[in-house]
Amino acid sequence: MPEENINKKWEPKIIAFFCNWCTYTAADLAGVSRLKYAPNVKVIRLMCSGRVDPQFILQSLASGADGVLIGGCHPGDCHYSEGNYKMLRRFRLLQRVLRSMGVEDERVRLEWISASEGEKVKTVINEMVDTIRKLGPLGLPGKISVYDKDLAELKNEIDTEIEVDIKPSGKEMVEHA
Amino acid sequence: MKYIYYPGCSLKSTGKLYEESLLAVFRALNIDYVELNDWNCCGATAYMAIDEDKAFVLAARNLALAEEQLKGEEEVNIVAPCSACYMVLLKTQKYLKENPADMRKVQTALYESGLAYRGKARIRHPLDVFINDLGEKEISKAIKKPLTGLRVVPYYGCQTVRPYSTFEDQRNPVSMDRLFKAAGAEIVDWTMKTRCCGASLTGTIQEVALPLSYVILHEAKKRRADVITTACSLCQFNLECYQTDIDKKFKTDLKIDVLYFTQLLGLALGIPPVELGIQRLFSAPDNVFKILEGGDHVYV
Amino acid sequence: MSTFNGNGQSIPKIGFYICHCGHNIASMVDVDKVQKYTASLPGVTVSRDYKYMCSDPGQELIQKDIKEFGLNRIVVASCSPLLHEHTFRVATEKAGLNPYFFHMVNIRENVSWVTGDKEAATDKAIDLVRAAIQRVFFHKPLVKKEVPINPDVLILGGGIAGIHAALTIANAGKKVYLVEREPTIGGHMAMFDKTFPTLDCAACILTPKMSAVKNHPNITLWSYSEVEKIEGFVGNYRATIKRKPRYVIEELCVGCMDCIDACIYKEAKYPDEFNLGMSKRKPIYIPFPQATPQVVLFDPDTCIDFKSHRCKKTCIEACDRDAIDLKQTAKYEEINIGSVILATGFKTYDAKFAPQYGYGRFPNVFTSLELERMVNASGPTSGEVLTKEGKKPKSVGIVHCVGSRDEKSNKWCSKVCCMYSLKLAHLIKEHTGAEVYNFYIDMRTPGKGYEEFYDKLMNEGVHFIRGRVAEVTDWALAAEEENKLTIRVEDTLVGVVRRIPVDMVVLSVGLEPREDASDVRRMFNISCSNEGFFLERHPKLAPVSTFTDGIFIAGACQGPKDIPDSVAQAGAAAAEVLSLICAGTIELEPNTASITEEFCSGCKSCIPLCPYSAISFKEDTKKAYINEALCKGCGTCVAACPSGSIIQNLFEDEQIFGEIEGLLRFAGIDLAGSETKGKELEHA
Repeated sequence: MPEENINKKWEPKIIAFFCNWCTYTAADLAGVSRLKYAPNVKVIRLMCSGRVDPQFILQSLASGADGVLIGGCHPGDCHYSEGNYKMLRRFRLLQRVLRSMGVEDERVRLEWISASEGEKVKTVINEMVDTIRKLGPLGLPGKISVYDKDLAELKNEIDTEIEVDIKPSGKEMVEHA
Repeated sequence: MKYIYYPGCSLKSTGKLYEESLLAVFRALNIDYVELNDWNCCGATAYMAIDEDKAFVLAARNLALAEEQLKGEEEVNIVAPCSACYMVLLKTQKYLKENPADMRKVQTALYESGLAYRGKARIRHPLDVFINDLGEKEISKAIKKPLTGLRVVPYYGCQTVRPYSTFEDQRNPVSMDRLFKAAGAEIVDWTMKTRCCGASLTGTIQEVALPLSYVILHEAKKRRADVITTACSLCQFNLECYQTDIDKKFKTDLKIDVLYFTQLLGLALGIPPVELGIQRLFSAPDNVFKILEGGDHVYV
Repeated sequence: MSTFNGNGQSIPKIGFYICHCGHNIASMVDVDKVQKYTASLPGVTVSRDYKYMCSDPGQELIQKDIKEFGLNRIVVASCSPLLHEHTFRVATEKAGLNPYFFHMVNIRENVSWVTGDKEAATDKAIDLVRAAIQRVFFHKPLVKKEVPINPDVLILGGGIAGIHAALTIANAGKKVYLVEREPTIGGHMAMFDKTFPTLDCAACILTPKMSAVKNHPNITLWSYSEVEKIEGFVGNYRATIKRKPRYVIEELCVGCMDCIDACIYKEAKYPDEFNLGMSKRKPIYIPFPQATPQVVLFDPDTCIDFKSHRCKKTCIEACDRDAIDLKQTAKYEEINIGSVILATGFKTYDAKFAPQYGYGRFPNVFTSLELERMVNASGPTSGEVLTKEGKKPKSVGIVHCVGSRDEKSNKWCSKVCCMYSLKLAHLIKEHTGAEVYNFYIDMRTPGKGYEEFYDKLMNEGVHFIRGRVAEVTDWALAAEEENKLTIRVEDTLVGVVRRIPVDMVVLSVGLEPREDASDVRRMFNISCSNEGFFLERHPKLAPVSTFTDGIFIAGACQGPKDIPDSVAQAGAAAAEVLSLICAGTIELEPNTASITEEFCSGCKSCIPLCPYSAISFKEDTKKAYINEALCKGCGTCVAACPSGSIIQNLFEDEQIFGEIEGLLRFAGIDLAGSETKGKELEHA
């Protein structure tokens, strides 16, 4: 793909997972307060940040997202007592995995935003869009298709040697990475 | 810990005695300092009023230089004794932190001279350093000639505490009170701690400035204070040097000593007066000396 | 890969509806474009736009289409699901479709109100809609859970709001536990002398209600008590109440106060909390004459016997009912309740944080609450307004907005200060005949009879000076200022700086959240707004509900409020509680988790994650088991299950993956991988 073309058209695509009780409500408050922020972040509502499966994050990146934002209640404020802590734990582990895959830390962000912090929704989103715009596209789907090709070749080699059936796909690549 | 000392223009000219006394006190208290290399004007209040962007660059250059000079150190503490410098540096830091657009402009300008401001420098007032880094205990341990019997009114003026001060209550500052209490003095409480001294209006519109200085001096005298201590060269100058004019205008007889807080602290630390620039004062603080030598309060 | 396999269900026939919301959405999102685009998506049978989807005709539109086209999935793009999800689910259900085949897209709060560019907003709306269309493919019919409501109610806080709510509910025949932290109920209102604007006596209208609470057969009053713990969910809460020791057996004490007279301290010498330290009490005391319950209590910090065990215990001898028990310890009561009303009230701003007004520095600077006690006939000065020197002041300055409308302290208007300052001005003038000056930023007197009261005060000759007071100082510039407090203020109506010498200064302190509001909030799992007051579910339409079902708020804990507003809110909260109780049951979201046993490997990773202990391990099958009655539907276990055997209703993996792919499939530049993914999905 020509480099200039990307720069001209490319806009960061960010998927956000917001918990129903704090951050989603804060996003609603930002709306009611008519705070304007970058349109690049699209929100998926979950009941709790504890529901955010690392697979959601990986799948988002693998499907072409340039960043993922997770919003939960402040520590101690979780509607379900401690779902946000569980998320934090997972997030730290996932960060290591992502780092080893060459995904910059700034692309996946965990933020505590309470129901009254509409302003914070705005600043966090704007900041994140800015940061990722500077980092440029992640382009994981493109990379994965290259891996897929390699895998397919490998499979052919193996198939000719021993007859074992493995089915490579983008999803599995990410999961195993 | 090493402190970067940023004198600004005043401390090299009319406020020479502030510099002499401050550095003497630093040495006496074993505070490690080094003067900022190649420092420039802070921009003061005048430049801020005319062109904020350029004024920010001036101030930010000093901060960038300080960071450069203490490269590799964990903390960069820049001590700005002049209250205008202190205020301007803090203002610059705050504005640049909050306004990325201005920050970009400033960084572009600094880049031209091979500098970069990283926002690492902590801007400190000497009072902050004495009270928060050293602490009252350390100070009172170092006191050789306690200020016993001396009635001190601490006068902070405006810019040291307002609006950006990081270490003081803006309406009722107490650091100087604590400092001189630790030095053994009797502190006179008053509500004039942060009232305007008249500032540069003494040079331009005296009919406004003199009454402002007058109420401060008058109130200090009414409360039987022996000495007013200040932390600003302009305050010190206004309060000390216009006393005869004020006497004439308001038909009073004020005669009250006005010292830099570092000078009085220096005396308590046993530093010879000449090293504290006492001789540079317009009127000799005879009253202070008399009391410290065990004499009576002149103005009781 | 999230591919739709039908789950054995009918092929999706999606009905899509986009709402204009008047101009709210349509002015920023090209509604027509979104509607046309969605019509082209696979699975979409009907795509329409309408001015107000939430209106009756809007809902009927959906219902008609369901019947006519046999729609089996409904997607509405309009406002936040927190606002209207319920509305549309009900509409869907009415047309005979399972309500959980409905999904809502938020293109108002998340798009039109927060985006400045029409094209960008339309693109974002399209992305969100596409995600929702892809998501509903995987929706399943679900059955709502119904749980019974325990009719007993817990009310926290015995101020006027708590009292009123308790009486309302108790009068309806329901059982109420009223828990008050202080030794007496009555709250701040009990401290006031008169109430504005009618100037009727606060005690005269409050004390009958206080004794009604004490005597009501349906109210259990636990004063000097605090909630230790609360668990459960709407309709089925379980609370532990700590009853702090008074060292007096409440059931036996009749409040004769013989013990107080008998105390070996002949003179009262400890600061009296109720009079804000302006009078003294003994180590054994009753907060004020009309305290409810009429039971004395000990202050172990000052009682000699608690300190040295060497007191003659004359108090015990004096009590002929043997009500004193110095060995009493805290008691814990466990109760089951169905709903809770929080009416924990406020605290006043600590005037020490405004040092320029000299509170704590000059003896004749008082707070408004101190003055309330002073003008009260049963107060420390028996109703006389006196300076610390014991003289009647000749002039009094009332400084408004201390700790309100101030960037440095609290930004909000405390709403009641203008009116209570007027009341105090009237009372001071009445008691002393002094000149009274009010220093205000703006006079805010909206309310029935309030403006008239302001008018009356102006006619009484009270001075009003518009300007925020710069400082209260004791430095005198002129002879008439000597030995007085001088108020320096810029009179903004005249345009000059004035110095006004007075004998007494009253600081009209603002209202703040209580210091432990955030602990209470955490315990009851509700939210606070930025300033720290409890957050209501909706500022207009659900002002006494919270985000936690079954927990309601009333009075000044929700924001500054005067007495009529607090009482009105308490009534509203009581009505909400009663409506819950009368319904008998409540429907819960069926978003619980369950385990697909055939995939469960029995690794037990999920078990410690559940904060409600809803997951157990079945030893016979070696599989985990989720008790759906205990599950609250957070989904933490679902995300953690390594074998993917846990499913959360409404938030299934497939549904979320569907949303993710829907959001990204055509967005921005078309990178190689996403193209093929999209195709795969279409084939399936």
